[in-house]
Amino acid sequence: MIELLNVSRTFTVGDQQVAALRDINLRLDAGEYISIMGPSGSGKSTMLNMLGLLDRPSSGTYLLDGGNVTELNDEQQARVRREKIGFVFQSFHLVPRLTAAQNVELPMILAGIPVEERKARVQVLMQNYGLSDRADHKPDQLSGGQRQRVAIARATVMNPTVLLADEPTGNLDRNTGWEVLKLLEGLLEQGITLVVVTHDAEIGARAQRRIHMLDGRILSDEANQNDSK
Amino acid sequence: MYLRDLITLTSSSFLTYRMRSFLTGLGIAIGIAAVILLTSIGEGLHQFMLAEFSQFGTNIISVQPGKTQTQGGNVGIFGSSRPLTLEDADALRRLPYVEYVIPGLVGNAEVRYEGRTRRTMVLGEGRDFGKAFTMKVQSGSFWTDEDNEQARAQAVIGSKIQQELYGGRNPLGSWLRIGGQRYRVVGVMESKGQILGMDMDDALFIPAARAMELLNRPGLMEVNVSYRADVPADTVVRLIRARMTEMHGREDFTIISQEQALEVLSSVLDIITFAVAALGGISLLVGAVGILTIMTMAVTERTAEIGLLRALGAREKQVLTLFLSEAMILSALGGLMGLIIGVGISQGLHLLFPALPVHTPWLYAVLAELTAVTIGLAAGVAPAMRAARLDPVEALHAE
Repeated sequence: MIELLNVSRTFTVGDQQVAALRDINLRLDAGEYISIMGPSGSGKSTMLNMLGLLDRPSSGTYLLDGGNVTELNDEQQARVRREKIGFVFQSFHLVPRLTAAQNVELPMILAGIPVEERKARVQVLMQNYGLSDRADHKPDQLSGGQRQRVAIARATVMNPTVLLADEPTGNLDRNTGWEVLKLLEGLLEQGITLVVVTHDAEIGARAQRRIHMLDGRILSDEANQNDSK
Repeated sequence: MYLRDLITLTSSSFLTYRMRSFLTGLGIAIGIAAVILLTSIGEGLHQFMLAEFSQFGTNIISVQPGKTQTQGGNVGIFGSSRPLTLEDADALRRLPYVEYVIPGLVGNAEVRYEGRTRRTMVLGEGRDFGKAFTMKVQSGSFWTDEDNEQARAQAVIGSKIQQELYGGRNPLGSWLRIGGQRYRVVGVMESKGQILGMDMDDALFIPAARAMELLNRPGLMEVNVSYRADVPADTVVRLIRARMTEMHGREDFTIISQEQALEVLSSVLDIITFAVAALGGISLLVGAVGILTIMTMAVTERTAEIGLLRALGAREKQVLTLFLSEAMILSALGGLMGLIIGVGISQGLHLLFPALPVHTPWLYAVLAELTAVTIGLAAGVAPAMRAARLDPVEALHAE
């Protein structure tokens, strides 16, 4: 469960203070499917970074699973990211030097998980995502859809409680985008909390709960009655 | 993070930028090779010089007349001090630990045999000369009796004298005229060649007592004392100083222990070796700048990757470790390459020019490799710190 209490985030650009988030109060329950929509500059990316502990609020409190994570130091925050949060990016962010399997393995390497366990988990995931025959390929030998599937495998390999997806279909054609989205939505069955940031209304509408943002504020927060999934 | 994973991750970036990594490593390699090569030559020179100076044996102490401080030089008989005498030599011979005492003086005299004449170096020495110094008699032997009052006219000649005056014939038992006196030849020295500019083969040895008379000298130029190898030089020096002071009433002589002289020489040569190593070190510095450049570039190029690592849960310290070890491994590999090049070239030089003294001290090789690693570490610190302190959000969006 995630709770943001009076969270603000201001950036200093030149000698001006720019507010990316203004006094946000938000509560996300475990297993929810949330989309965050809004035009660029509305603060949705900052919100995602905040939820992913990549950014710290200028003021306010962030409670994750009941614990205050605002005050944690770098090492503790890194641990939370590693164990509870998964990221999926628009541009995939795969390490080009590593194979697909190694990319999936990366979070476990950073966590210091023993080799045997890593190999086993990677193998299972690669199979689940239909990437078994692509395991030893470098990212530049993969199609866009395959790359994003590798990225999703990497984001879920540590069994996070929250998956944060920033325009996950932005760099994909329509069909591939739908496939990737279905893959992400399938994770909901495992009890994961899925947050998708998008400016595509069609994609945003698929979520049970839709949050619209503008100028760093939550404009609307509505639950979808007729689940289109 | 396991060490094995660290190596896998860093080597993956070397493999991606093969040429670039190789060239950067080469910068370090050239530096290390220069250090190895220069120290090898320096150390070779060191050993050559020491061997040259210690070829007469090392456990020898020399007593010379005159005190260095008083006259500005131990000029022997020209000094104002009392001359060294054969009695002094006899007195030293009775000291404990002393094995042989060889009174000595040098001069020039005309030597004639069957109408052939040659001016040559005459060394007045003691009968134990061949035993105290590592100089061997090729045939015959040194005179065996030694009587200060009436030393017998016997001579040991150098191999060159034998060649020049006897034309290679056996000179043993023949009578040689040295400065107008007749000497019986009792031995021929083994050829030794030039020693610090003195041709020991173009010399002959006669008893010191006779040499003093022949060369018209009131005293000896030196008394060499050889002592047991298991006794420290200082002990013997103290004993000699006490006995000589007792004999002369004051300290009007100079004692030079070869061991001490060699120590001084050795430390001077050490400094030379160190100095040339430092010269090679300059090229290492250039290599370090190369590492710094490449690591700075790597951090810039891989900013997005650093952001990703942080998003995946990497701590600042892990990012620091990743980049630091990349710099270290790069320069360690370069160092290893330099070690091989350096040792290869010095051994090649040794094969091409056997006269050139070359010796690779392994301590220096290990030190050079450690230096390479340290340089990698030092050059990697700034870029790695920058990488670790990048803001994850900004880093992620750098493309």
